[in-house]
Amino acid sequence: MPPAVAARPASPQGLPGPNEGSGLARPPSGLQRISDRAFRGLCHGFAWMCALLVSYIILEIALKARPAVSSLGIDFITGTTWDPNEEKFSILPEIWGTLYTSLLALAIATTFGVAAALFLAEGFLGELMTKGLQRLGLNTPVWQRVPDASERILRNLIELLAAIPSVVYGLWGIFEVIPALRGPCAWLFEQFNWFALFSTPLSGPGVLPAVIVLAIMLLPTITALSRDALIAVPEKLRMAAYGMGATRWETILAVILPTAGRGMFGAVVIAFGRALGETMALAMLVGNANRISLSLFSPANTLAALLANSFPEAGPREVAVLMYAALVLLGITLIVNVLGSALLLRASRGSEGVR
Amino acid sequence: MAHPDRELQDLSQPVPVTASAPSHRPPLSPSMAPLEPLRAIDLKSLEHSLRRPRTFVNAFLSVVVAGMTLLALIPLFSVLWMLIKRGVQRLSLEVLTQTPPAPLEQGGGFGNAILGTLVMVGLAALITVPVGVLTAVYLSQAADKDRLAHVVRFAAKVLTGFPSILAGVFAYGAVVLTLGGFSALAGALALSILMLPTIMLTSEDAIRMVPAKMREAATGMGATPTQTALWVLLPTAFPGIATGVMLALARAAGETAPLLFTALFSHYWIASHGHVELMQPTASLAVLIYNFAGVPYDNQLELAWAAALVLVLLVLVVNLLGQWLASRRVE
Repeated sequence: MPPAVAARPASPQGLPGPNEGSGLARPPSGLQRISDRAFRGLCHGFAWMCALLVSYIILEIALKARPAVSSLGIDFITGTTWDPNEEKFSILPEIWGTLYTSLLALAIATTFGVAAALFLAEGFLGELMTKGLQRLGLNTPVWQRVPDASERILRNLIELLAAIPSVVYGLWGIFEVIPALRGPCAWLFEQFNWFALFSTPLSGPGVLPAVIVLAIMLLPTITALSRDALIAVPEKLRMAAYGMGATRWETILAVILPTAGRGMFGAVVIAFGRALGETMALAMLVGNANRISLSLFSPANTLAALLANSFPEAGPREVAVLMYAALVLLGITLIVNVLGSALLLRASRGSEGVR
Repeated sequence: MAHPDRELQDLSQPVPVTASAPSHRPPLSPSMAPLEPLRAIDLKSLEHSLRRPRTFVNAFLSVVVAGMTLLALIPLFSVLWMLIKRGVQRLSLEVLTQTPPAPLEQGGGFGNAILGTLVMVGLAALITVPVGVLTAVYLSQAADKDRLAHVVRFAAKVLTGFPSILAGVFAYGAVVLTLGGFSALAGALALSILMLPTIMLTSEDAIRMVPAKMREAATGMGATPTQTALWVLLPTAFPGIATGVMLALARAAGETAPLLFTALFSHYWIASHGHVELMQPTASLAVLIYNFAGVPYDNQLELAWAAALVLVLLVLVVNLLGQWLASRRVE
């Protein structure tokens, strides 16, 4: 259906509008006016719905948590016992476990993720392939596309890490990571059990397997966002550094990383938010033990894993308590995420001036 | 400088370290005196050799970064290898069409879980796609200082980083507690909250990519904003929007946490006697993997791996479909 052509009935001079009254050009019919109003109203309404959704979610969780908030108060966050039989609930071990596993995983994922982002953004692979092809004397147009294609494949492979569902990582962690860790962990425990990190033996699920799997899940986020930040560094800064005689790594360490630093820090904060809320891999690997320990091999628990494990069988009283725990998790992740988004936004604004 | 040309020419040549100049070069004239300080540079330090600390550090860091990138890919190949090794051996038509076995029972499959996943993800898409796309239309048309548009974008960003389990908690509070039971509808609602930001933000980008002249041409022809949106903007932006929807579907299909206590799990088919039970607990692939990963029976574990393989294939196919659509984007 072609859009109706709206011609003014008459121009201000009183002259008839072009083609007035013919079938080709006519003002919108009443039905079209009404449907236009309705459609725009619908879009507007949906936009309002989306805007209100977040507050509705927070309100819903907060209202359901209110009985527990009023009866347990601040003790809920500072105590260490969780005993449904005696109606004693507190989540300090879970808060500790959430932060401990997230920070450890974040440290690993940042190291590897930033390395991978540098490798992808600075054209290491493309240059290597180009040199290799030149050495082999392959410089037909088909072969010249190989460096770009290989970089794209590598980038897609790292993004593929993000596509695998977390429950599959959990399954893989149970049957691959934990058995692989048993030997080294037993040795570390025997040799270094005076050291706080290795002070308990690994008996299946524990902090370390959970942290490793969590780090793998965070890596694609950090790599993708850091790569964006690195690519956003203006080319002339890089060229200026090369022109001054800096080697490639002197350029990276002294010019590119400091320039992209803010954006990369935002990426790390966003990944931290993901880590705090990640559920399945932790629920399957962290061991669900209500304890606070520095040991990497000890089982622990996180807020998200507590929710996942306790909700399906919770009675009405426990539901309120779990809603309180969800509210705490919501508060922590909201703060971290808003902070991360603000940092990324400031970073993208900051580099505009250089360009 | 008196002879800038000469100077440039000379700088482009490798400056000899020793006094003996190559014979083919013109003899140095007295006017070249300003070049003299160059000789003071220790040119050996610029030599490209691994014996030099600068070159060595450079090469060493390059190797480290390459090695770490490859190391980061090992888990990916390990996961894929395990899925093929342990998943394929149990995969058969029987597994894809039967219902899950009870403990200690042999055989069985997860046909109902595949169907449950598809139904819930489809239902979530039915809720989310109209809301997300129409909101995107609003956002793309909104003026720069439109307060509501800013609030909506901020909300979408907050939802992007929203822990998936909290979507489940919300659906539990809003649907399960209200309607008094676990249901496919509650699961779909939880999934739709996670799909919404992806669909909304990618659709907005896609609509903004539509060339301004097309929009202006439509307006110039006298089309109402609705007609512009429905017959010009959305068809042109379709590949981009479809890509966003595909990505959101792929993510939702793999989500477990929001389904754990909204749809729960079921050993039965969601549809029986031609009647779809949306208000009953519903099986899904992801929850089946989670439940069966924790039991000590070999039969269930084999099924968990086969289900993981099916789930990963499903997610990858939808992802690839989305990328294929993105590559067909109209310029």
